[in-house]
Amino acid sequence: MAQIELEGVEKVFTVWARRGRLRRQRTVVRAVEGISFSIEAGSLVGYIGPNGAGKSTTVKMLTGILVPSAGRISVAGLEPSSQRIELARKLGVVFGQRIQLWWDLPLLDSFELLRHIYRIPAERYRENLDAFVELLDLGPFLATPVRQLSLGQRMRGELTAAMLHDPEILFLDEPTIGLDVVAKARVREFLTRVNREQGVTVLLATHDLADIERLCSRMLILDRGRVIYDGELQALRDRYGDERTLIVDLEEPGPPIDVPGARVAKVDGPRQWLTFNRRETSAAELTAAVAAKVGLQDLAIEEPQVEDIVRRIYTEGVA
Amino acid sequence: MGEVLALAGIYRRLVGARIRSQLQYRLSFALNLIGAGLISFLDFAAILVLFGQVDALGEWSVAEVALLYAISSVAFAATDLAIGHLDLLPKMIREGDLDVILVRPLGSLFQVVSSDFALRRLGKGLQGLVILVVALVAVDLDWTLGRALMLVVTPVAGAFIFAGVWIALATIAFWLIDSIEVANAFTYGGNFLSQYPVNIFGSWLRRFVIFVVPLAFVSYFPSLYILDKEDPLGLPLALQFVSPLVAVASVAAGCLVWRFAVRHYRSTGS
Repeated sequence: MAQIELEGVEKVFTVWARRGRLRRQRTVVRAVEGISFSIEAGSLVGYIGPNGAGKSTTVKMLTGILVPSAGRISVAGLEPSSQRIELARKLGVVFGQRIQLWWDLPLLDSFELLRHIYRIPAERYRENLDAFVELLDLGPFLATPVRQLSLGQRMRGELTAAMLHDPEILFLDEPTIGLDVVAKARVREFLTRVNREQGVTVLLATHDLADIERLCSRMLILDRGRVIYDGELQALRDRYGDERTLIVDLEEPGPPIDVPGARVAKVDGPRQWLTFNRRETSAAELTAAVAAKVGLQDLAIEEPQVEDIVRRIYTEGVA
Repeated sequence: MGEVLALAGIYRRLVGARIRSQLQYRLSFALNLIGAGLISFLDFAAILVLFGQVDALGEWSVAEVALLYAISSVAFAATDLAIGHLDLLPKMIREGDLDVILVRPLGSLFQVVSSDFALRRLGKGLQGLVILVVALVAVDLDWTLGRALMLVVTPVAGAFIFAGVWIALATIAFWLIDSIEVANAFTYGGNFLSQYPVNIFGSWLRRFVIFVVPLAFVSYFPSLYILDKEDPLGLPLALQFVSPLVAVASVAAGCLVWRFAVRHYRSTGS
């Protein structure tokens, strides 16, 4: 059996909207509508979707915070909502927009409290803490109260807090939100390490496609409460990423270049962007055709961005 | 048993951390303490004013009402100290702190309760103890072992009765985020009701505090025994001894309601 399994999972919220002084109107919001997927132990899976697609709701159901309205969920062989406490020992959870550490306490004291809450054996705790302090370079601010940490430092603290008890599964909800490039890279490196070296299953819900590109081999795309894509990132590229772009710098500004098999998408002074389909035209053919017409100074080929692909899927649906 | 000890250890650590951070600001802490104490004396002054006009309140003398009041105050203060921060539950829900609590391997009520310990609320407890001592001297008690024991057990049982009621009331927040006013009305109203002799209430209110929300067991019934006083309501003598049982039932009911409520937790979007 897979480590994480969802079958026809739904979550429906009833919202009472005010209509006048006393009247309320009942509206049913379907946050998640019949999601099914399974994740094998040791995978690193990206979970993406626009705001309100149901990402957080799914993560909350998987961790037992929310009770699903319908369907079946199994995580590490347990049913999250009814076996929440037992499951919590096997899970690490990081919410990018929530603070799990104790605001007033030094980072190290927060870890100490977690040691008792999760009943981590003293020796194991020491080993893990030492490893994470080194990996995430926590040393300089271990004694600093959490409220005085920068966002990046705090996120490193949160990641450590989520991993101290050797969880089998790590759920992350927007862990890189608001972080700068360096801090993001650090978080990504950390996730790769715990996944590869400790075999921790990672489910990463994010907005940030760069997270997915760097980390995940498999991604689930969610839109309006449904999974609209489940597969490898490369397969997604192959299927939807036919359109490449040739960027050329001309010797002098000119009108849009007219060559067969390509279309000028943008002109900016001497620089022009030509989009072409990789199945119909090769980059070499196109370059030759362009060079035959105009004087070239420089050129570059741009691969499709996952972001563009995903935007296409959101707007056009899955072909 | 080992489980209980482990939980007690975690509770001590969590609360200890909170207390240490509160004591960092000593002056503000002391002022809060004194302020709370003084305000509760004003509360008691209302009873004294009342007795300026009448000699007895439903067959209860001023000293007897003071005893009733003091027992209820001490119980209330103990509950307030330990779980008064339940009134922050709407905020915890709104800000997502409850999500964090629910992913840890401990009971959610335990974690909410151990998230704070408002030492500054000690003021009210101290005031209650002072009035208790004064009242005990004034009523000229015929001391027996039974009465002394009752005097110790009653505030503890009372504190648990309040606790059960508060826990149940706090869960309103799971459905209505801005529920604090509703809950406060009952919390402080409950304290008020338990400070006065039950026999002065109208019959429906009397039934309410005996059978529905058992506030009459916080101080009314046990005080009858301590004072060796005949029940003006003429209810069975046994009721004067069952406060600890009522306390167990109250907390159990509160926890059941809590469990039910957590299953209906909706979280907030993030």
